[in-house]
Amino acid sequence: MSLQLILFILFGTIAAVSSVLMITRTNALISALFLILNFAGLSGLYLTLNAQFIAVTQIIVYAGAIMVLFLFVIMLLKPEHEKYFSHQPKLKIFAFFIAFIVFIQLVFMILVSHPSQGNNANVAASVKSGTIEEIGKQLYTNYVLPFETAGYLLLAATIGAIVLAKKKFE
Amino acid sequence: MSVPIEYYLILSGFMFLVGVAGVLTRRNAIIVFMSIELMLNSANLSLVTFSSYMGNSTGQLFVFFVMTVAAAEAAVGLAIILAMFRNKLTLNIDDINILKW
Repeated sequence: MSLQLILFILFGTIAAVSSVLMITRTNALISALFLILNFAGLSGLYLTLNAQFIAVTQIIVYAGAIMVLFLFVIMLLKPEHEKYFSHQPKLKIFAFFIAFIVFIQLVFMILVSHPSQGNNANVAASVKSGTIEEIGKQLYTNYVLPFETAGYLLLAATIGAIVLAKKKFE
Repeated sequence: MSVPIEYYLILSGFMFLVGVAGVLTRRNAIIVFMSIELMLNSANLSLVTFSSYMGNSTGQLFVFFVMTVAAAEAAVGLAIILAMFRNKLTLNIDDINILKW
């Protein structure tokens, strides 16, 4: 067993188990903490894929910024416990059944199409493509317009969030 | 690259469908929102996998932009949830049906 396989099994298990725990916990706060654990596992997976920049960004942006926002809102609202909500067990069974069927289809398609066949992965090119140098070069040359647009999008989202969360609409 | 690409794709599909099941079964608006984040992340995993196995950084640039959009979406979505909670005093998405026809 190579190191990459061992790390894949470790981080993949963390990501898969914490995602299942996230949707089954009734307490929203515990769900959010499991989602953070899932993001940490994903970050480890990105490292096994030689994507260093994305791995660090995953921790900083998702676990650091977005999930803190979620935790703020959960603690601010203190929502009522979900077990007092209406229950529809039939709908739940139906949803899990549909998800399971689609998952089986996906696995079947992935295994039949053999994406790894004839794909002689070049490790040097893979390592080079994940460095911050390469990504930064691409961002400021070929993708400079989407990059600027992303800045405007964030500005618009900030203003929109302030306007929406204001006490009163005039 | 000793791990076959299929392993990563199957894990990504599994996480996506866990997110779908979460959206369909949970009634708490915040948890539904977090399930959507989970689905975005599983798509990111696929993009990074293909990018890394092809030795091309375009997929990782795309993940960068997806993260930007996810941050904007989280800010606006949580503001909407906050405004909804102020009006209805509940997070149950079965009770929030003003736009339902």
